Amino acid sequence: MSEAIKPVLDGWFTTGDKPHLLGSQCANCKTYYFPKLESFCRNPDCDSSQFAIVELSRTGTLWSFTNACYKPPEPYVAAEPFEPYAIAAVELAKEKMVVLGQVVTGVGVEQLKAGLKMELVVETVPDADDPAGKLVWKWKPMAGEAA
Amino acid sequence: MSGEIAVIGVGMHPWGKWGRSFVDYGVAAAQEALADAGIPWRDVRFVSGAATMRCGYPGYVAGATFAQALGWQGAEVNTSYAACASGSQALAAARSKILAGQAEVALVIGADTTPKGFLAPAKGHRPDDPDWVRFRVGITNPTYFALYARRRMEIYGDTQDDFAAVKVKNAEHGFTNPKARYRKTFTAEDVAASAMVADPLRLMDICATSDGGAALIVCSLDYARRIGKANAPRIAAISTVTPTFASSVIEMPDLATDSAVVADAQSFRAALPMKAYEEAGIGPEDVSMAEVYDLSTALELDWMEDLRLCGRGEAAAMLREGATKIGGRLPVNPSGGLACFGEAVPAQALAQVCELTWQLRGQSGQRQVEGAKVGITANQGLFGHGSSVIVTR
Repeated sequence: MSEAIKPVLDGWFTTGDKPHLLGSQCANCKTYYFPKLESFCRNPDCDSSQFAIVELSRTGTLWSFTNACYKPPEPYVAAEPFEPYAIAAVELAKEKMVVLGQVVTGVGVEQLKAGLKMELVVETVPDADDPAGKLVWKWKPMAGEAA
Repeated sequence: MSGEIAVIGVGMHPWGKWGRSFVDYGVAAAQEALADAGIPWRDVRFVSGAATMRCGYPGYVAGATFAQALGWQGAEVNTSYAACASGSQALAAARSKILAGQAEVALVIGADTTPKGFLAPAKGHRPDDPDWVRFRVGITNPTYFALYARRRMEIYGDTQDDFAAVKVKNAEHGFTNPKARYRKTFTAEDVAASAMVADPLRLMDICATSDGGAALIVCSLDYARRIGKANAPRIAAISTVTPTFASSVIEMPDLATDSAVVADAQSFRAALPMKAYEEAGIGPEDVSMAEVYDLSTALELDWMEDLRLCGRGEAAAMLREGATKIGGRLPVNPSGGLACFGEAVPAQALAQVCELTWQLRGQSGQRQVEGAKVGITANQGLFGHGSSVIVTR
């Protein structure tokens, strides 16, 4: 995957072989946030405004899943013809939160089941302004995991 | 109870795709509600509008827009926006005004026009807006409904046939409702034959968008007595509580839940009715019927459990035994629900109260729930907030 391809959102995730979503962690109460929060902690018992940018766990378990059978409206940029894609909600054990994302190309809902171990990957997707496309995070069932 | 107000008038513009202004729908609903109450427009001293964000200035200041359209008569106005919970927030504003003794009679009103197809975010490159971000990465509204639906299948063993049965039931309920957009019965085979939108939900599992309008005339119990309507149905509770951190339900338009590392995970859907029951001084066992937010068929089952009409994971069993049909022990969505109406965002929470009012007065014709005494509503807003209203007689 070319390093020249830019992420679809700046500062939301790292790229490479072992990508991570970039979240933040409250310096006081240690709560995690995704997308990263750097203004004021949302824990009602914490009034901190200090956060560390952290890499969130790049693996988790599948909480639920679905797919998109119809092309979403803008700002989504779809390849033509539109190919349906699966979507995963993945629970991160350490952060105790659920994060959404598309499922990697080639894996459909029939290959998914709640509880599967999933890992984060990056894939190139079409972009309205960039002919090379942009990178986005996706979830992929880990090797040996299949419904 | 001292915190109650009376519902003395209800009105609705039939829902559908009519291609007219939201003001037309709202005015028609308001005129019907005023006629139903049998009071002059000049008696209304507070106009509480639910905003519609698609219609520019007039929609942003819906309270004043409706007051102008009905004829300025010096009433105070208010406008509320809370997505699908807007109507309940507008009703809550009117109730506060009445209970504070600052107005005796209020008009609460919401109306909308909707575009075709998927609801989409505002234009432009706006990565700071979570709504823009989730569409950029391919997460539409049906995604969220489908994630809840699939979760039910994985955890409780619900099936797509169960979801289809919700549609079949609600279609039967709405079949004779003159205000509903879709008055047609369907079979499970019809649902199964409709196109898959977001697995496991098919087109007929997901509600359409509609134009529509709904209005209520609410007043102090004293005013109701003075005009001979002491027995009018009453608003016994309104809950618009937010979740308590950490919110565990993944909600539009967020891409992640709160992290529960330092605070227990909480569900706003479970918290909402608790406040409503407490305020009304009743429990789920007292409920005669429920009008719940069936944006998808499966979501109706989630709401039955969150309203504690059955135990967690037991909603499909209750549906299968026929308990939630009219004639069953606890009808759900006797109006036909969003399945028959479609979404008209600022109107739908008020439309639910209209239905409960007709039901409690025994005016619902073929969809009448016999002996109805207590009705409860449920609505989702955005980011994990919503509303619940209890109407009693």
